[in-house]
Order: sequence, then structure tokens, then C-alpha cells
Amino acid sequence: MSLDVVIKAEKLSLTFETNDGPVHALQDVDLTINKGEFVSFIGPSGCGKTTFLRVLADLETPTGGTVTVNGMTPREARRKRAYGFVFQAAGLYPWRTVAGNIKLPLEIMGISKAEQKQLVQEVLDLVHLSGFENKFPWQLSGGMQQRASIARALSFQADILLMDEPFGALDEIVRDHLNEQLLELWAKTNKTIGFVTHSIPEAVYLSTKIVVMSPRPGRVTEVIESTLPKERPLDIRESPEFLELAHRVREGLRAGHEDDA
Amino acid sequence: MRNFFPILTVTLVIFALWYAFAIVLNKHWAYDKATRGGYELSFTELVADTWTQKKPRLPTPDQVAGEIWKSTGTAAMKKWARTEGDPLSERISQVLGDKRNLIRHAWLTLSATMLGFVFGTGLGILLAVGIVHNRAMDNSVMPWVITSQTIPILALAPMIIVVLNAVGLSGLVPKAVISAYLSFFPVVVGMVKGLRSPDAMQLDQMRTWFASKAQIFWKLRLPASVPYLFTSLKIGVAASLVGAIVGELTISQDGGLGARMLQGNYYGTTLIIWASLIVAAALAAVLVSSVGLAERITKKRMGFVQ
Repeated sequence: MSLDVVIKAEKLSLTFETNDGPVHALQDVDLTINKGEFVSFIGPSGCGKTTFLRVLADLETPTGGTVTVNGMTPREARRKRAYGFVFQAAGLYPWRTVAGNIKLPLEIMGISKAEQKQLVQEVLDLVHLSGFENKFPWQLSGGMQQRASIARALSFQADILLMDEPFGALDEIVRDHLNEQLLELWAKTNKTIGFVTHSIPEAVYLSTKIVVMSPRPGRVTEVIESTLPKERPLDIRESPEFLELAHRVREGLRAGHEDDA
Repeated sequence: MRNFFPILTVTLVIFALWYAFAIVLNKHWAYDKATRGGYELSFTELVADTWTQKKPRLPTPDQVAGEIWKSTGTAAMKKWARTEGDPLSERISQVLGDKRNLIRHAWLTLSATMLGFVFGTGLGILLAVGIVHNRAMDNSVMPWVITSQTIPILALAPMIIVVLNAVGLSGLVPKAVISAYLSFFPVVVGMVKGLRSPDAMQLDQMRTWFASKAQIFWKLRLPASVPYLFTSLKIGVAASLVGAIVGELTISQDGGLGARMLQGNYYGTTLIIWASLIVAAALAAVLVSSVGLAERITKKRMGFVQ
């Protein structure tokens, strides 16, 4: 295959030592993510989906196996600022305006003032927040805050975007809207996206690849390639193809649970 | 404005109680005088006497107000009149240098307080930064910080002054050191809490950007600690004032509100004690509300919701 491999995990394991004995957060995870893919990680809590994303981001250190991000170790990738990370909470600084918040990583990376300004404008456009640059976070709705946090993750033009349940705290309507915008953004920027979610429809709607995981030990039980076209209006969710995919994901989740019991 | 009537009510109740207590506490002296003079006291005469005694056990609010005015305004005007003919600058320094003028004493106390507050705040912030960034300091310094506040400052103050005198420091600095000793504590506690207020997610976020410790400090921890700092500063500035007054009780020859209180104590003139107390309380109110004002302005400029 001529596809560029962006993330490659082989036999990746992570065991936390706790007072109640070892917890196998990840066990023997093999996964390849290619450039431009939108990969969702889905599974019950404790399945290691967030842990896997955090390993990619070098926020956790694996205890076994190998993983590369852009051909580098996660630490190297972090040092090179190869990815943007979006957390579940927007985590905007209340003492900074929207533009100030988006600028924050740019300041840390030592990018010139003029360039900062230009980059901020670009990503604000991308998340449809132009005109809000001088507002403070408390003046924005929850959905807008999360868009600002996505803009901040995009601002330094990393080509990988890792998102850990970014819309988990938002209501259904806002969530639909943001899903649609996220697809549009993905199409425009051609980023590689890793997306952790609890929601089957969200995973199916967004992804080109759905990674189904199960807990104790955290592992990948199934990788489902999406058959949906790249162009996805919201009502695609009522198509038979969509429902079939959702059904397969649900089956995969159930299978993972069965051999757990 | 909504608070006006409740505050007014409470104030009136306090004043009413104050006048009532003045009668209770001062009546013995009034009765003594009556017995010795061989006359009977009616209730109105008793009240009139207890509210106007020269050396009452508890002076009334109007007596205290009168004493404050006598030892500020009247004293200044007398001095002013007496130095008629002198150059203006000389007259002003004469008025401000008047040992009986409470404004002079208040000014002395204020300068020790401010210097101590600056020392204490600086020390508090430095210790907090060290405690947050260094595990050894966290384990070793914090217990001492807490211990320092369990020692009665009244017992410690003379020793601080003796030690500082021995190394050639006298005057304002020893008082400021005592004042700093009291005010650094709330600052340390508040700043440690404030610098640690960023949550795990915010710190992870910084990690994903490969931020250095210094960047995390300047861009996240320090701004996040500002609301905590101001809460501490309000307590700290009041503690500074107490410290300065305690210092003046020990080095009373230099003057200050504490020295005035001590004098009042020596001569049994409760009026002087109360006047100094009220001026000290007013000073505290001004200091605390100035910090409050600075807090509001800073928070507004920083964009924190008000």
C-alpha cells in the first residue's frame, strides 16, 4: 500500500501498578493509522481508549511493545509538536480572550507575533469563530468554548489531531452541529484524527475506521473500516448503510463484553 | 443600597448597646461621687454623669469621637496658630510632627504596616513558589511556616527587636519585620493553593505543547493564583497592621498608634486608648478596602467574571 503510516502500534501494553494489584489498561494492541484517516476509538469505560490516545500523546508511558507517531517515538513527536490534543473540557484560561487562548501554544512555541496573529485568524475561520476573538471564555456557550479549544489545538498546524471525548459534555443538538463542522474541518485540512467517544452514532458518522475496544484487559477487539462516502450530510444517519455499520459496532462491543463475563 | 438598612440597623443596635454598657460600667464611680458629696442621683443625672466622665471605664462613642477630633483637628489647628509667621513648610512639618497628634501616630503605624506588608507578601510569594516547585521544600518549610504562627507574637516581638538592634537595625524596620511575620502566613497558604489550582488536565495540556516549567509558571500557575492571592492579601494587610501595633507596644518611644494605646494604659486614660483603637480600626478598614479595590480592578482587567 502506498498510504503513509502516521501511527503504528505493535504489541503495545500498559500496566498500572496499583494497591489492588496490576491493572492492564492496554494489552497487546496492534494498530496502524494512515495519513488522513479519521479513526474513532469506542468501548466501555476502562477499555483503554483514552489511555491509548494518551500514550500517543506521550502523556502515559507504555510498559511493553512499540509505538511510533510520524515515525518517531511519542516523546520525540511531542517535542516536535506533531499533534494537537483536545480534552473533554475546553480548559480555556478565563483570564485570556479567545484569541489569547488560541495564541497560548504559539507563545510557548516561540512563534513571532505577526505569525501568531495570522495563524489565530486562520483557525478562527476554520471553527467559525471569527468575530469572537476578543470575547472572554465565560461569554461563550459550551459548544463555542469547545470550538475555541479545537482551534487552539489546530493553531500550530500539527497534522495529527487527537481528541478525547471532546463533545462528551455537550447536549445532543450542539453535538450534531459540531460533528458536522468537524467533518468539514477534516475535509478542508486533511488532518489525521484520533477520536475517543462513547457514542456509537458519533463514531459511525465521523470515522473512516472504527476501533472497538473492550476492558480488563484493555484491548482492541475489532477494527471496522467504514463504507460510508467521504461526503456525509447529517441525514446519512438514517441510511441502511449507516445502520448496518452501527449494528456491527454494537455487535463488536457486545462480543467484547461477553468474553469478559 | 440594598444593604443600607440592614447595616444601619446593626450600627444603631451596636451604638445603643454601647451607651447602655457605658451606664452599667461607669455607674459605680458616679454613685461613689454622690455618696461622698452626700446627694442622691436621679436616673437622668446618673445617665448624664456616666456619659460624661473624665476617666470612664467605658467612654461613649461621642466621647471617643470628641477625643479623636481633639487629638487630630484641634491639635493641628493649635499648632498651626502657634507657628504663625514661620515658613509654610516649617509649619506643616510642625503640625505633622506634633507628638499629641493622632494623625502623626497613624502615619507612623501606616508606614510600618506598609513596609511589613510588602516584606511579608514578597516573602510569602517566594516561599509559595518554592514549596510548589520543590518537594523537599514542601516537606520541610511548610511545617515551620505553620509553627511560626503558633508562637504568640507578643512574646516574640521583643526578641525580634533585640536581635535586629544587635545587627544595627532600628526604627521602622524592626516593626516592619514583626508586621511581615504576621502577614506572610496567609500569603503563603493562599499562594500555595492558588499555584496548585490548575488541574491535571490543564497541566497535561501544557505537556502536549512541550511547555517548560517556567512557561507553566508564568502562563498558567501565576495567573491562576491571582484570585487566591488577593483573598490572602486582604487578611495579610490586616495582620500587618496588628503586627505594626504590636511592634509599637515594644518600641514605644518612636510613637505610633500602639505606643499611644500603651500611654493611655499607663495614665488610665481610656479615652486615649479608645481613640487610638478606633483610628486603628479605621486604618484597617481603609487598607482592606484598598486591597479589595485593587482586586476588583485587576480581576476586571484580567477578564475574570465579576
